[in-house]
Amino acid sequence: MKFMEPKVSFSEETLKLSEKIISHYPEGRQKSALIPILHLAQAEFGGWLSVEAMDYVAGLLKLKPIEIYEVATFYTMYNLKPTGKCVIEVCRTGPCWLMGAEKIIEHLEKKLGIKAGETTTDGKFTLKVTECLAACGNSPVIQIGEKYYVNMDVEKADNLIQNLNEGMRV
Amino acid sequence: MVKVTIDNIDVEVEEGTTILNAARKIGGKIVPPAMCYYSKLAGSGGKCRTCLVKVTQGSDKDPRPMPKLVASCSTPVQNGMIVQNITSPEVLETRKAIVEFLLLNHPLDCPVCDQAGECDLQDLSYNHGSSLTRTEEPRRTFEMIDVGSKIKLHMNRCILCYRCVYTADQITDKRVHGVLERGDRCEIGTYIKNVIDNDFSGNIIDVCPVGALTDMTFRFKSRVWFTNPYDAHRACPKCSGKVVIWLSGNKILRVTGRKDEYGEVEEFICNECRFDKKEMSDWIVEKPRKIKRNSVISQNHYELINKYGSHG
Amino acid sequence: MSIKILFENIDVDGIDSFEVYRKLGGYNSVEKALKNMSPEDIVEEVKKSGLRGRGGAGFPTGMKWSFIDKAPGKSHYLIYNADESEPGTFKDRHLMQYNPHLLIEGLILSCYAIRSNTSYIYIRGELMYVMRILEKAIEEAYANGFLGKNILGTDFSLDIYCHPGAAAYICGEETGLIESLEGKRGNPRLKPPFPALNGLFGFPTIINNVETLATVPWIINNGGEQYAKIGIGKSTGTKLISACGHINKPGVYEIELGLSVEEFIYSDEYCGGIKNGKKLKAVVAGGSSVPILPAELILKTAKGEPRLLSYESLSEGGFETGTMLGSGGFIVMDEDTSIVKNLLTFTRFYRHESCGQCSPCREGTAWMEKILNRIVEGKGNEKDIDLLMDIANNIEGNTICPLGDAAAWPVQSAIKHFRDEFLIKPEIV
Ligand SMILES: Cc1cc2nc3c(=O)[nH]c(=O)nc-3n(C[C@H](O)[C@H](O)[C@H](O)COP(=O)(O)O)c2cc1C
Ligand code: SF4
Ligand code: SF4
Ligand code: FES
Ligand code: FES
Repeated sequence: MKFMEPKVSFSEETLKLSEKIISHYPEGRQKSALIPILHLAQAEFGGWLSVEAMDYVAGLLKLKPIEIYEVATFYTMYNLKPTGKCVIEVCRTGPCWLMGAEKIIEHLEKKLGIKAGETTTDGKFTLKVTECLAACGNSPVIQIGEKYYVNMDVEKADNLIQNLNEGMRV
Repeated sequence: MVKVTIDNIDVEVEEGTTILNAARKIGGKIVPPAMCYYSKLAGSGGKCRTCLVKVTQGSDKDPRPMPKLVASCSTPVQNGMIVQNITSPEVLETRKAIVEFLLLNHPLDCPVCDQAGECDLQDLSYNHGSSLTRTEEPRRTFEMIDVGSKIKLHMNRCILCYRCVYTADQITDKRVHGVLERGDRCEIGTYIKNVIDNDFSGNIIDVCPVGALTDMTFRFKSRVWFTNPYDAHRACPKCSGKVVIWLSGNKILRVTGRKDEYGEVEEFICNECRFDKKEMSDWIVEKPRKIKRNSVISQNHYELINKYGSHG
Repeated sequence: MSIKILFENIDVDGIDSFEVYRKLGGYNSVEKALKNMSPEDIVEEVKKSGLRGRGGAGFPTGMKWSFIDKAPGKSHYLIYNADESEPGTFKDRHLMQYNPHLLIEGLILSCYAIRSNTSYIYIRGELMYVMRILEKAIEEAYANGFLGKNILGTDFSLDIYCHPGAAAYICGEETGLIESLEGKRGNPRLKPPFPALNGLFGFPTIINNVETLATVPWIINNGGEQYAKIGIGKSTGTKLISACGHINKPGVYEIELGLSVEEFIYSDEYCGGIKNGKKLKAVVAGGSSVPILPAELILKTAKGEPRLLSYESLSEGGFETGTMLGSGGFIVMDEDTSIVKNLLTFTRFYRHESCGQCSPCREGTAWMEKILNRIVEGKGNEKDIDLLMDIANNIEGNTICPLGDAAAWPVQSAIKHFRDEFLIKPEIV
C-alpha cells in the first residue's frame, strides 16, 4: 500500500503539547481534546483550518473527518477560509452597541474598504464582527488575537489600525 | 408495568416507556406526530417539537402537573401519569406553531418533490397546520447536491431531524455526512465533496421524513400515488432482503424498506437491494402493500396542486 | 463600606501569585476542611449558608451537591463553568483575571465535598489570556501541594485542567457544555437524565458557576450561618454585579444582596449616576435574557416599594412588572436609547448563538430578527409587532434548553413596556 504523507503536520513541540492535552482526558476519550487541538492547528497552519489541517487533526485523534468538520463549523472562533495577517474583531452586541460600536464598525469598513467578514486585497486585515466578549464594562471592545482593546471610539480604533498597519511588513 | 392515561384512555406499559410509545400502544388519533424521533435510532427525538403534549398529572406519587409541554418522544411515563394530546387546545395550538416554524424555510415545492404523497411534513401540515402563511421574508436556499451517484440532497427541504445522521452513525461504519454550521445556518452536508457510499447508506433516504434525501435511481419519475407498492423479498447475503417494490405496470420504479404506520422501516435494507435490483426477476413478490399512513394521497389534494401549481 | 467576600483582596498587588495570596490567608479553608471536616460537613455548611448559584438560575448550591450520585468506585466530575457569554455579564472574567487562586481554593473545597478527583475549568475560547493566568495559578497550587496526589498528606487527590471553548454561548448551558467538553458540537442534551446522575463521559457531574464556587472558601472559614446573616431573606450573601451602559462608573461591584437599585445606580460607591447627566430610561438587570424594565419599574416595584438587588425583589411582579437577578449583568440605558435597536442586537445574538437543534429556537430567532430589522428600517406595522409577540410566545417554553426562553423574554418585555417605540420612524441621518 502506498503511504501518503499528510500535507500538513504539527511541529515536534506542538505535537508534544497536543499529547499533553490528550492526557487530560480519560483513556478512549481523546475526542475531548478536539477543541483545544483545533486551536493549536489554527495557530500553526496560518490562522485558518483547511480541509488538510482538519483531516490531519482527525488522524491525530483517530476520528472521522466529518466529526472535525461538524465541530469546526459550529464554533465561531475557527476560520474556515484564509484570513488576513491581522484579524480585527469588533463586538456588536447590546452593551457595545450602546456605546457606539456601530460607528466603529462603519468607520473601519470605510477605512479598510471592505465589509465585515471580508479581507483586504493586500491580505493585511480581516474585519469581523463578533458577539459579546465579556468586557462590556469597557465597551466598545475590539479583539485582535488574544488581546482586548477596550474603551474604543472611532479615533482610537483608527489609530490602532494605523499603528498595526505601520508595524506590519508585507 | 405502569399505568398511564392519555386523552382519557388508560394503557399499561413497561417502566421506562416514553409517552409517545405508550400512545402508539393505544394507537389511532391520539398518537402525537413525530418528525424526528425514530424508535430504531438511539438518541433520536426531542428536536422537532411536534410531539409536545401536556402532562396534567406527573404521577400517583407526585400528582403535580408538569410546568411546560413536554416532548412525548423523550419523556418516560410514570405510574398514574395523565397526559393530554388532542384533548388539549393548548397542545393543538402549539403544534400549529411548530408546523409554522418547520415550514418557515421550506420551499413548498411539493408539486416537483419526489416525496409528495408520502411526506410526513405534508401530512403534518395538512392535519395540524394553518392554511395561512404569516411570513414575507425570503426563505433560505441551498444548492442541490449529489452525494454519490445514488442519493440526492435537497437541503432546502430538510427539517434537521438528524435521523439520517444517526442512521449513518449507527448502521454504517463510515459516516461521511453530518450537521454543519450552527443555528439558522445549520445544514446537512459532507463539507467537502464526498460520496456517501457503503452497503447501508441508502437507508438515509427511508428515514428522511421529507423529500430532502431522495433516490436518484427512482426510474421513470412518477408520482407515488400512481405506483403500486408490493411486499417482496429475495435471498440477500447482506440484509433481510425484505422490501417494498413500487411498480408501474410490471416495471420496478424503486425499492424501499417496509415502513410501518408511523413511517418507520421495519428493517434496514442494503444498497444492492435498493439500488441495483430493479428487475421483476430479482424478486419474489408477496402481496400488495397496504400503506397505512394517514396519507393525503387519497384526497386528490396533490393532483390538484400538480395540475395548477407545478412547474415541472 | 459594605462587606467584601470575593473582592476582599482583589486590589492587593500580586494577589494573583500564590505567595501573596497564601500570606493573606489564602488556602486556609483547604487546610481546615481536609483536616477537620468530612465532605458531608462541607455540603452541610454550604446548605446552611443559603448560597444560590450565581450562573443565572439561582439554584441552591448545597442542595445541588446533595443530588449527585455518590456511588463509590464511580468517577465524579466537577465542572467550573467559566464560559461567561451572556451579554452584559463580565464578573467571572474579572474574578479569574485578578484573583485566580480564589477560584482554585473554591474548586478544591467543592471537589472534596462531592468526592471528585478530576475537575475541568471550561473557559470561553476568547479568554485565552485569562486561561493562561489560571494555568499559572494551577501550576503554583500543584507546586505547593494543594493540587495533585494526596493533598496536604490526606488521601484526597485532585487534578484540575483548563479546557477552552471556541466561541459558542450555548456551551454555557450545562449539557451543551458537557457535549463541548466531549469534543462535540455544543448541542444541549435532553433532560432527564440530569448531569448529576449522568453527565460528563456518562458519570455523575456537577456544574457550577465561577462566582458560586469562589464563595465557598469564605463559607468554610467563617461558617454557613455567618454567611446566611449577610444579605436579605433567601438572597443570602453578596453578589457580583457587572454594570455597563450609560453610567459614569461601569465595572464589577460586589454588593450585599438587598442593596437598593436606586443606590446602586446613583451612588458614587457604585455606578455613579447616568452619564452626561441624562435621565434613566431602562435597565436590563440580569444579563441580556432577562426582561427589560422601564426606569419607574426598575427603581420601584409596581406596589411602589423600592426595588432591591435580590432574587426576590427583582422578580417581584413576575414578568408583568418584574424581571430577574439572572447573572448580574446590569445594562443601563439613558433617555436617548432606542429600545428597539438594542433589542435587535439581542435578538441577533440569540439567533447567532442558537445551536439550531430544535425548530422553535432555530427558526423563531431568525424570524424575529428579520422582522425587527424591518421595523428598525421603518418598514414595520402594527401587525408586525403582534406577530413578533406571537413568535416569542411560541418559542417560550417549547424548546430543548432555556436559550429559547432567553431569546423570547427580551422581545416580550420590550413590546410590553415600550410598544409605542416600535413604530417610530427612524431619524433620517
Ligand atoms: C444558554 C445558556 C447559557 C448559559 N451560560 C452560562 C455561563 O456562561 N456561565 C454560567 O455560569 N452559567 C451559564 N448558564 C447557566 C448554567 O446552565 C448553569 O445553570 C450554571 O452554570 C450552574 O451553576 P450555578 O448553579 O453555580 O449557577 C447558561 C445557561 C443557559 C441556558
Ligand atoms: S436530510 Fe432528511 S433525514 Fe436528514 S436531517 Fe434533513 S430531514 Fe432529517
Ligand atoms: S433552545 Fe435553541 S439553543 Fe437550546 S437546544 Fe433548542 S435550538 Fe439549541
Ligand atoms: S457587548 Fe461587547 S463586550 Fe459585551
Ligand atoms: S418527535 Fe418528539 S421532538 Fe421530534
